[in-house]
Amino acid sequence: MEMEGALATVELKRRPRPHAIAYLISLVCYGLMLLPLVAIIFYSFLAPGDASDASQWSFTWDWYQALSHDESILEALTTSLIVAVVASLGSTSIGLLGALALHRSQFSRSELVSGLATLPLALPELVLGLASVIWFGTIGLSLGINSVIIGHITLTTAYVVTVINARLTDFDSAVIDAASDLGATPWQVARRVTIPLLAPAIGAGAMMAFTLSFDDFMISFFTAGVDHDTLPMRIYSMIRFGINREIYALSTVLILLTITGLGVSSWLRRRSI
Amino acid sequence: MAMLSIRQISKRFGAHNALRDASLDLGSGEFFSILGPSGCGKSTLLRILGGFEAPDSGSICLDGKDITRLLPSERPTNMVFQRYALFPHLSVAENVGFSLSLQKKVTASDRRRRIDEALALVAMDGLGERSVQSLSGGQQQRVALARAIICRPRVLLLDEPLSALDLQLRLRMQVELRALQRRLGMTFVFVTHDQGEALSMSDRMAVINGGHIEQVGTPSALYDRPATDFVASFLGTMNRVPVQFHAPCEHSANHVWVELTGGQRLRARWSEGTTMPPSGALVSMLVRPEKMGIREDCHGSTPRMTEAGDELTLSCRVADMAFHGATTQITGQLHDVDISVTATHLNRDGLPVGLGQGSRVRLVVKTEHILIAPDNARN
Amino acid sequence: MGRSSRIFLVPLVTWLGLFLVGPLLMVAVYSFLERGPYGDVIWQPTLANYTRALDPLYLRIYSKSLVLATSTTAVCAVLGLPLAYTIATAPKRWQPGLLGLLMVPFLTNFVVRVYAIRLILAAEGPINLGLLSLGLITEPIMMTDSTMAVALGMVTNYLPFMVLPIYVVFEKFDFAMIEAAKDLGAKGWPVFSRVILPLAKPGLLSGLSLVFVPVLGEYMIPDLLGGAKTLMLGGLITEQFLRVRDWPFGSALAMILVTAMMFVMWLQHRYRGIEARRGDGGRIGYSRT
Repeated sequence: MEMEGALATVELKRRPRPHAIAYLISLVCYGLMLLPLVAIIFYSFLAPGDASDASQWSFTWDWYQALSHDESILEALTTSLIVAVVASLGSTSIGLLGALALHRSQFSRSELVSGLATLPLALPELVLGLASVIWFGTIGLSLGINSVIIGHITLTTAYVVTVINARLTDFDSAVIDAASDLGATPWQVARRVTIPLLAPAIGAGAMMAFTLSFDDFMISFFTAGVDHDTLPMRIYSMIRFGINREIYALSTVLILLTITGLGVSSWLRRRSI
Repeated sequence: MAMLSIRQISKRFGAHNALRDASLDLGSGEFFSILGPSGCGKSTLLRILGGFEAPDSGSICLDGKDITRLLPSERPTNMVFQRYALFPHLSVAENVGFSLSLQKKVTASDRRRRIDEALALVAMDGLGERSVQSLSGGQQQRVALARAIICRPRVLLLDEPLSALDLQLRLRMQVELRALQRRLGMTFVFVTHDQGEALSMSDRMAVINGGHIEQVGTPSALYDRPATDFVASFLGTMNRVPVQFHAPCEHSANHVWVELTGGQRLRARWSEGTTMPPSGALVSMLVRPEKMGIREDCHGSTPRMTEAGDELTLSCRVADMAFHGATTQITGQLHDVDISVTATHLNRDGLPVGLGQGSRVRLVVKTEHILIAPDNARN
Repeated sequence: MGRSSRIFLVPLVTWLGLFLVGPLLMVAVYSFLERGPYGDVIWQPTLANYTRALDPLYLRIYSKSLVLATSTTAVCAVLGLPLAYTIATAPKRWQPGLLGLLMVPFLTNFVVRVYAIRLILAAEGPINLGLLSLGLITEPIMMTDSTMAVALGMVTNYLPFMVLPIYVVFEKFDFAMIEAAKDLGAKGWPVFSRVILPLAKPGLLSGLSLVFVPVLGEYMIPDLLGGAKTLMLGGLITEQFLRVRDWPFGSALAMILVTAMMFVMWLQHRYRGIEARRGDGGRIGYSRT
């Protein structure tokens, strides 16, 4: 009993209590960020009618049913998934090889290359989008799913390089020396040591690339041309055409997917430790 | 002919001169230590031997073949890394068998046999299936050793392999490492900053400072006859007594004459590689505490030289005595210089009767144990 | 490594050259070209796009965007610092949950997030419904299509970019320091201004540019929440490309945006450099004693 009391005091002592104002601000922040999502979920189950009268509220699955029959949304979803899968595979391979080569390299231009590779992190997406569309016009690449994928790879490679590089600087680089000392060629070092050790970072980078690509609006907006709407573009044009309750249902699905994804990834992380 | 011959290796990192004209010759089956303070270039030299750094100039020959430009994977050398650098995703056996697994012609059963053999050599039998992260520091050390010797390299490079272990374990590993080296008859190049380790384990050793090899020789030669002030002070403690420089000795190189208070002259070795000061300048006389004998005080002027000039007698007052068990540390006052003398239990019986704080005693030292160095040198 | 692993760099360098450097250089080139009659370009060097960009009409848009970006960044800092501090000082086992609550909106689809804000501000949204049912108002307030709505959207969207870097700094932080400050007699404001704030500075600095730069170029939030009246720099540029089809002028505007962005990053870099030098000097002096 006494021991527990002592431990509790230590715990309290180690972490100061923030001022009441800090708690209040935090509460407001969480409210500001979460309330819109809660509202969307709530409205997605609300039957049509006067929303201002709580006594008339009634539950419905209608919007979800409408959603499942909306061909254009399914089509956009397919496009988005194809783009995200191809872009994340592409940027993960390019970024992985690049990060491996840049790590500990004595190549004099390596700082320039890594600076350029991570530039899209700092560049407004708008600029990358419009630059791509000008360039595709110049080199004669017609706009469509290919141009979207290319734009997304450029953007997401920056994240993959950053994530993998962080892991590379983290681990004891002597293991790479050790492997080559024991007779491994650079290719064997990569296959037998570096890549297995980087697996968690590669996974995280790929997941990040997938999420970013799946979420991206701006680059797709510029580079998709006509007839190749991604899901965010489809949602955007539905919004432009006026409020559509289907969007609430679709949004709810996306929010739940995000929560599931977060849960799975934190479960995986806990398992890997 | 030397088995491993290092010729005038230099390496710069930006403005930092890591190694300057380092040359060494190592014989087959030798336990060779490279000793120096941190940042002295010893690890750089080892990394150049392993092929992890390319020297700016100079060459390395192994068995008469120039290996300077070979990749680490192409050299018949293997390395035990400072923090072991075990592959965290592989088991103990997979770590040890890593180099064999890269060679297609080694069969699986042959590989298993050799892994077991290597593990037995480092007393890790039966732990092959464990994950390396579950091992203690000492066990990881053994795995790193087994991994590096399994292919029987011509030269095993060890980069401060014991520095991460606690004292008890370090002392045990010193003995085991030495025994293993003898059993395998392999050439070991052992880098360390611990002079005790280097002195007790090596057949021969090199002391390196500021990228420059100061002296090469057997541990006893380096300890008893240090060539430079740095070697002298780095390998154990030294007393420093100020004396006046007189002139270089005309008969033997590396020897000089210094003048003691009272006008007597003493001939002793001069610290190599330093420029001699003008006559009359202050220099230091370096003597190890345990090289000085303690006698009862008797009358007569001191300092005094014997007729043959091979022994110096100084007179001082005992300022402090500290009992350490096997040894007794006596601190004396010589003019205003503190001088420390070590008496081991073997000669403690021979100490003057009634020796205590304030007693006057004579200190006797052979001139061959004296080194003269510039005064501005490090303490 | 070295020689043979450089081949791994080939895909990355090729890709960057082909799809990042090339496009960006082309924007610079386009900004000096003339617009053709059918939305194409005439390869005729001109400075007209830049002189046109200095028209008071556009200057007003830039200043509006700058004011919005600055105030959004400031509000994010004021909210983000206490929030990061609260999360970092919460019991260890609560922290993943608290961060998770922050990550859900952060990772939810961007368009959905912005649209959700539009929903809560809408006439039939929860705020209006709440106020109506409390009898505080009789008619729904029109809150969308206003600068306030845009600002709210910006703050809620970019707040995590401010909170996460500050949290990372706080997480490694020895809170005994605050005890020490209190022990030395500091309390309240001095503890904040002399201990917490200076220590949070590296995170705060990254947060500032992580928020400011994208807000300056934001297109979607003003477009969905601001209505037609609130045209910002991002909207202006997008319009040149997708509606007006004046690519050279749009490129010139994009160049201005990139220049502003690089200026902010340079300022931040310089400030960090000064800080680091000052810090280092102190530390070297200390270690030599």
